Amino acid sequence: MMNTRNGKAKVIQRLEKISSGISGLDEITEGGLPKGRPSLVCGNAGCGKTLMAMEFLVRGAMEHNDPGVFMAFEENEEELTRNVASLGFDLKALSAQKKIFLDYVRIERSEIEETGEYDLEGLFVRLNHAIDSIGAKRVVLDTIEGLFAALPNEAILRSELRRLFRWLKDKGVTVIITAERGDGTLTRHGLEEYVADCVILLDHRVNEQLSTRRLRVVKYRGSVHGTNEYPFLISKDGFSVLPVTSMGLDHPASSERISSGVERLDTMLGGKGYYRGSSILVSGTAGTGKTSISSAFVDAACRRGEHALYFAFEESENQIMRNMNSIGLNLEPWVKKGLLRFHACRPSLYGLEMHLLTIYDAVKKFKPQVVIMDPVTNLISVGTEIEVRSMLTRLIDFFKTEQVTAMFPSLVTTESSSESEVAIASLMDVSILLRNIESGGERNRGLYILKSRGMEHSNQIREVLLSHHGIGLVDVYAGPTTVLTGSARLEQVGREKAEVAGRKAQMDRRQREIERERSVTDAQIAVLRAGLDAKIEELNQEITEETLLEQVNAKSRFNMAANRQADAEPRAQKHRSEQHAVCAK
Amino acid sequence: MSTTATAKKKNSSRPTSQEIWELRLYVAGQTLKSVTALANLKKICEQHITAKYSIEVIDLLKNPALAKGDHIFATPTLVRKLPVPIRKILGDLSNTERVLVGLDLRPKGDPFA
Repeated sequence: MMNTRNGKAKVIQRLEKISSGISGLDEITEGGLPKGRPSLVCGNAGCGKTLMAMEFLVRGAMEHNDPGVFMAFEENEEELTRNVASLGFDLKALSAQKKIFLDYVRIERSEIEETGEYDLEGLFVRLNHAIDSIGAKRVVLDTIEGLFAALPNEAILRSELRRLFRWLKDKGVTVIITAERGDGTLTRHGLEEYVADCVILLDHRVNEQLSTRRLRVVKYRGSVHGTNEYPFLISKDGFSVLPVTSMGLDHPASSERISSGVERLDTMLGGKGYYRGSSILVSGTAGTGKTSISSAFVDAACRRGEHALYFAFEESENQIMRNMNSIGLNLEPWVKKGLLRFHACRPSLYGLEMHLLTIYDAVKKFKPQVVIMDPVTNLISVGTEIEVRSMLTRLIDFFKTEQVTAMFPSLVTTESSSESEVAIASLMDVSILLRNIESGGERNRGLYILKSRGMEHSNQIREVLLSHHGIGLVDVYAGPTTVLTGSARLEQVGREKAEVAGRKAQMDRRQREIERERSVTDAQIAVLRAGLDAKIEELNQEITEETLLEQVNAKSRFNMAANRQADAEPRAQKHRSEQHAVCAK
Repeated sequence: MSTTATAKKKNSSRPTSQEIWELRLYVAGQTLKSVTALANLKKICEQHITAKYSIEVIDLLKNPALAKGDHIFATPTLVRKLPVPIRKILGDLSNTERVLVGLDLRPKGDPFA
């Protein structure tokens, strides 16, 4: 009848525990509910007691092969089946497979007359029959307090309940008993007096019109447990508790770098992009291109074949995809391939804790490598500053533990950073600031890296150009007096170009002038030299003529002397005239 | 005690009604309470029910599945199946007055009888 295949080998001294089947609760209780003992789940109406109990049974039946008995005092089988169908539990099928036994105990006060001594043996018999017929390991009594309303004789009831819990313990089944919360007490009728091994309190409170569900383990005999209030969520996949506050600062730090999807931005970030698992804040006023930067990052991740999860708190999935098409980012194929998933909802839809849980849930299920929270500042409107900060801390911790690279586009209202901005920024590893630069009657987008932990990064302002080719970063004009962007930058660059060209033309002109002057000078030199040459020529001519003349004269004189029989004087005359000729040359 | 003890009795003194009474007594084993309850029931039937009646005793220890049908959670429980509406009386039926109230059997015109 009983199958013992689920019995886990554990240290003898330790309390044996059984998985509650509720994600998160096992972490808080370090293993689950006490095995073979009753646990009490109490809370106000509508806080999810029945669902929690039901999930305990169904998960036990489906995942741990522990059949379970659900004894209901408030709702009949039909209603229960319908109610939990919304969580995807098919009680009919489970009942048919003998994994779940539903038993509705109808107690109608008006039909009952007490006439003397009685006991609740009937209930014991039914329970025993139910447990034995399917070999149940888990039992839920929902809500046994219904008996208090129906039976006037409380003395009998109390002694019988005490006997019932004793009997259940002897039977070795793990039981959840649900109870309404009383005024100042855990339960309205003091059931905690009988069921003292484990008491879990569920709470549902509304703060500023937003409801948050919380769970607290009030008591757990013989076991350590988380004592905080943990938010929990009832979603279409059931009950989940998030033991976020128990996280420490011991997440791994990867040294792998991943591209930001914008080439120039990677260069600014030490040439390689972000560290995997880091958190990136992209802050800027409206319309500075936060979503574009995020989408480029998502696109790059999907190109690498990674999974990306995009939480949109402002725009719908289709709107983002349409808008990103305009800058050449086609995200649709990634969605179709199942690499990219959008999760769009209004931040005011539910409280921060719920958001946190939703995100937690989605990340756990989809297992993305990249997550975008666009814009994270919209969550701030949901809670107070402290709450937001604590929520973000937990969120970032969670992302880091999961080694998810998270990008947080953040909307700032003024150019100067606000309080909440400061609070967020200190949590982030990388902070990219996008600014509107207004000048010359136009608005341009500037980008710079405010900080980037653990890597060298550019300190330069870059201008973001969004075109249908994608996102481009260009150098701004950083002149001696001002920083220019957009058409002012183009104008300035143009002006500079013109100036350079002008100067070059002027130089060329002067060069030509000098060249011309040089040729004129050269010509003049040639003319002068020609003149000189002519003069020298003339002189030489004269000298030659003179020499000839002298020779002729000498000859004639000689002849004459010979005629007249003169002495040797003409030799010295000849020598002098020879010297004259050499000088002229 | 037999699982099902049917005791049919004709009330000879005052056969005024055509209706048939169908009573079921649910017990869990042969305890003091069960025995007392059955004895009390028999006595009350003889004294107060004028119509035909039948008493069926169901021992839940032997037939636990039967508990569900009449939504039994306590024992002993006396269920008046007929005439309708169904009435349930808890306990060993030692308080005759309350049993009569429960069975809707208080003598007409004589509230103190």
